[in-house]
Amino acid sequence: MRTNYIPVVGALALLLGAGTAFPAEHEAGWERRAENEVANLPSLQRGARNFMQYCSGCHSLKYVRYSRIGSDLKISDKALAELLVRPGDKPTDYIKASMPAGDAQDWFGKQPPDLSLVARSRGPDWIFNFLTTFYADPASRQTGVNNLMLPGTAMPHILASVQGVQTAVFKDVETKGADGSPTTTKEFEKFEPGVAGSLTSAQYDEFARDIVNFLQYAGDPSQLERQGLGIWVVLFLLMFTGIAYLLKKEYWKDVR
Amino acid sequence: MGEVVNNGGAFRTWLNKRLPVDQFVADQLTGYYAPKNFNVWYFFGSLALLVFVMQIVTGIFVTMHYKPGEATAFNSVEYLMREVPYGWLLRYLHSTGASAFFVVVYLHMTRALLYGSYKAPRELLWVIGMLIYFALMAEAFMGYVLPWGNMSFWGAQVIINIFNTIPGIGPDLVEWIRGDYAVADSTLNRFFSLHVIAMPFLLALLIMLHLVALRQVGSSNPDGIEIKDKLGPDGKPLDGIPFHPYYTLKDIVGVGLFLTLFAIVVFFAPTFGGLFLEKPNFEPANPMSTPEDIAPTWYFTPYYAILRAIPDQRLGALAFALSVLAFVFLPWLDRAKNKSIRYRGLASKVLLGMFFVVFLMLMWLGLQPAEPTYVLLARICIPLYFAFFLLLPFVSKADGNGPVPDRVTYHAH
Repeated sequence: MRTNYIPVVGALALLLGAGTAFPAEHEAGWERRAENEVANLPSLQRGARNFMQYCSGCHSLKYVRYSRIGSDLKISDKALAELLVRPGDKPTDYIKASMPAGDAQDWFGKQPPDLSLVARSRGPDWIFNFLTTFYADPASRQTGVNNLMLPGTAMPHILASVQGVQTAVFKDVETKGADGSPTTTKEFEKFEPGVAGSLTSAQYDEFARDIVNFLQYAGDPSQLERQGLGIWVVLFLLMFTGIAYLLKKEYWKDVR
Repeated sequence: MGEVVNNGGAFRTWLNKRLPVDQFVADQLTGYYAPKNFNVWYFFGSLALLVFVMQIVTGIFVTMHYKPGEATAFNSVEYLMREVPYGWLLRYLHSTGASAFFVVVYLHMTRALLYGSYKAPRELLWVIGMLIYFALMAEAFMGYVLPWGNMSFWGAQVIINIFNTIPGIGPDLVEWIRGDYAVADSTLNRFFSLHVIAMPFLLALLIMLHLVALRQVGSSNPDGIEIKDKLGPDGKPLDGIPFHPYYTLKDIVGVGLFLTLFAIVVFFAPTFGGLFLEKPNFEPANPMSTPEDIAPTWYFTPYYAILRAIPDQRLGALAFALSVLAFVFLPWLDRAKNKSIRYRGLASKVLLGMFFVVFLMLMWLGLQPAEPTYVLLARICIPLYFAFFLLLPFVSKADGNGPVPDRVTYHAH
């Protein structure tokens, strides 16, 4: 146990570092981090309310029950029934979209996706950027809005009453194509306030962050319980390792 | 053969007349002498065995809730994650266990490369080990398909299609593997069967053979000299110590350290930033929508980078197969007199160091999107990867013959 453990520690450090460094993601300059905290209970509660109010008309959370949200987010049965459970649903029901699937197909050309796992497949930052980068684009989009994160999205700006509708300023950028000929592409420069909503820009970020936070919880409800339990497991294992090491040392005294 | 000490009572005598429990312990544990100079690199064999047992046990419970089938697989995994008490723990233990298995197996193999553990008389031990590695790759691949996420589906598509490049029988073989004209329900169900029955049985058998072969030739050590050559007056190796209690206790320390790291991942970073559980796999399998970048899990990416970097499909598949199989021939490619890297020259050290760097580099490249820069880098790494195997016979012959110590290097703690 002298110098030879250096490569092992190196390899493990590399692997641990890999977890954060490896997945290559190409971020545009305007992308922001969601900076949501899944341990923030009030934020999760607000997010659940926002979701039920604005999102659940079209999007289901088909793996999540109302009652599970109630117990995980410490919402009383009474408040749950009043604020979250849709009329006609039982608290133990899974959260379905209110809109019939056929209508959605007719109106948007596609079925709005279930959002149970969107925070796991897209990541919280993606959702945050999606919710905050709608902009007016009446010329090219039937819904009147477009989105930087998901250009050409079929989703209308359902949060327009809250955020308002901002306009986007693009600038022309000259790039050389593969064959060397110059081509002009539009690059996003900045947002400018357009139609105002009921919230300021900073308030809307908080509003969107709460939804992101709630969706991150919904993607893996175990995470609230998991980390608390994990600390005890790791502490136990460290103690176990310490005792095992002392025992080993005692026995190995004889080895010359 | 160890000596049996029976100071037990009537039951123990009764038992041992019918089942050689004490004899087994005496032969395999207290009477098995292992070199006293093992370092940390020697933890990973016992850890691999531990992870195997953990995968079997968690697998039994995961199987109780998992429902194979196109329509049911994805939902049953989410049911396990959300509705089954501690189901998330079972699933994360099993999914993290798969990656942990490869971590310890790769480190176990690194040890063999560093100290020449594969050299005579341990060639067969190494070959059996490689068979375990191949079986493990098949087991992990099929396991990854089972949740039936979008990466499961497309990963299966890409990997199975490699067999398409085999001349003549390729297309028929692929259809036979899939059991359908496309990756579908029948593919998922047969992978489930192979994953929970055939491969674990095969792995258990191979692991047993690996251990029997190990006991036959005895462990090597960081100095790469045979402790059986220096026996004391009692006929025991002078540099050997009984496996039990010395190495059982030492291995338990390794187990504690390993489980601590393992628990940190399971409880705090179970997807490991998309490396252990990839993001697209949280979307159900969709034959109509290909994930942006199809990447297998990290433990396959060195070979995947090789496959992807070669423009000709058939050559790519050939290089892919060779890059995996090349390890089998190491005992015969290495012609040094000395086993351990400690007693080899600079050229050997540089060659092996280069191989480790190239392997990790390819692993990283295989995780990147198929962009020109990454493909170009992989094309630079491929010749270097094979250069290791091609140059080894000459380099090892030239600078692996210096003097070795008489006895193992050991400093009492």
